[in-house]
Amino acid sequence: MKRSGGRIFWGTLKYASLLVGLFVVLFPIWIAVVTSLKSNQDLSNLGILQLPRHLDFGNYITAWNGGDLGSAFLNTAFIIVLSVVGNITLGTMVAYVLSRFEFPLKKLVLGAYLVVLFIPTITTQVAVFGVIKGLGLFDTPFALVLLYLGTDVVQIYIYMQFINRIPVSLDESAMLDGASYLRIYTSIIFPLLMPASATVAILKTISIYGDLYSPYLYMPSTSLGVVSTALMRFEGPYSAQWNLIMAASVIIAIPLVLLYLFLQRFIFAGIVSGAVRE
Amino acid sequence: MKMSYRMQKNLLIVGFLIVPLALLVTFSFYPAIKLIYYSFTSWDGLSQQYPWVGWTNYTTIFTDPQLFGSFLHNFSYFIGGLIQNVVALYFAVLLSSKLKGRSFFRATLFLPYMLNAVAVAFIFKFLYLDGGALDTLLQSLGLGFLQHDWIGNDSIVNWALAFVSLWEFFGFNMVIYLAALQSIPEELHEAAALDGAGRFRTFWYIIMPNLRAIIQINLLLTVSGALEAFNIPFVMTNGSPPTATFLINTMNVAFTFNNYGLASAMAIVLLVIVFLVITVQQRLVGGGKDVV
Repeated sequence: MKRSGGRIFWGTLKYASLLVGLFVVLFPIWIAVVTSLKSNQDLSNLGILQLPRHLDFGNYITAWNGGDLGSAFLNTAFIIVLSVVGNITLGTMVAYVLSRFEFPLKKLVLGAYLVVLFIPTITTQVAVFGVIKGLGLFDTPFALVLLYLGTDVVQIYIYMQFINRIPVSLDESAMLDGASYLRIYTSIIFPLLMPASATVAILKTISIYGDLYSPYLYMPSTSLGVVSTALMRFEGPYSAQWNLIMAASVIIAIPLVLLYLFLQRFIFAGIVSGAVRE
Repeated sequence: MKMSYRMQKNLLIVGFLIVPLALLVTFSFYPAIKLIYYSFTSWDGLSQQYPWVGWTNYTTIFTDPQLFGSFLHNFSYFIGGLIQNVVALYFAVLLSSKLKGRSFFRATLFLPYMLNAVAVAFIFKFLYLDGGALDTLLQSLGLGFLQHDWIGNDSIVNWALAFVSLWEFFGFNMVIYLAALQSIPEELHEAAALDGAGRFRTFWYIIMPNLRAIIQINLLLTVSGALEAFNIPFVMTNGSPPTATFLINTMNVAFTFNNYGLASAMAIVLLVIVFLVITVQQRLVGGGKDVV
């Protein structure tokens, strides 16, 4: 008797908690979407929680054109594609060398990547700024590509875990056929690392898409706006026009939400393997 | 003409590491060292002159309440981060129990993490308007006495901003906790049940010890995240004085007031504090592991 009473209590508490969590998560998003669909008239006449009298998609068109969001998406895509491709190439190269070869400074290389993990990137921007200017990359997308290109200890760790599961006998039989190390990397290691690369690419895409300060600092030109900076600049001329600001925010949020819908598994796996390291 | 594998190996190691290491040095180590040097100068960011000022910048940081005092604004993010971990662990435990609609709940609770940070900041800026959506909601729930001008009131604004951070990132911690919970062997639960352990005892004696390393990692992320809080106040309040975190002040000192020397010293102070926190935490929690 007591036992089943407890079960009902816990069951109720469990679902009640989850529903509260769900509400807290969804309420802001709901408000954003509802507001983005309100005409100026509905925005001023109706209560904030009220649904629009008719759906007005005009805000989305105004936001898209007024915020130059099309070019923001193109700029962002350009930077993401270049960075991710380079990032995967460099990450697999480092991991291949570190896991398949013994050499004197190996520990030092790994240690260097580990130390960097604890340097908050934003703090060093005061000095990085000088480097970017010195390289003549200020106010070009290549400034960002270069900053995003470098691999990090989390990626190296993910890749090394995968490489260690590729039997060395595979390398050896290729060597018997006369394959060079470079050839082993390009035709055995790199292709077999594809699943890990998918995880790395998704994590990198999320972090680049959400980065705000680097584009703000290194690409001040309006024409070079990426999603974050374009959205930030959108607020100025349209301040207090919340239906437009919410429409722009929803537009900017959609691509990663779509990515999330289709690639949820990879995202969760990536976050977990990034956090659970030795 | 073929190279020996020995020579190939040396070439490959150098060839494969040179670009990644060059990037690491150029964008991490070199700036970090430059930062130390700048911090002892009064460089304005433009001139070729780097006037040496000794420890002046460091004494300024610790004596000017506007500078070191801005860590007070980071405090709410720290408390928010702790709550964030409790909430994340709580939902992870719920999600790892027998549950209908588990993947739906999990997917939805994680959703905020996938939204663009600027979009989230604008959504909450709208939500927090005086008499806005949040106030209206509170009113309709009969909680009208809780209504506030969330952004305009200096004494609550940092808590309101810290909540945005909690909302955005708790799903991230939750996914990590959830994976850790699911890796605890089923036999341990069964053994505990056989011994007649209740829910709390099972949680405290079986689950918690197994989560120790993961909690440590999550707390580390939380503390360094709180020390480095930047994006949310930067977008939501333009880093106005009552909300200026230490990092916001650092960036303003550099890029608005062109005092790169002082800003570099601030960055170094922040770096040292983050390192200290990590070391202390490793000692406290990591050291405990050996005892048990």
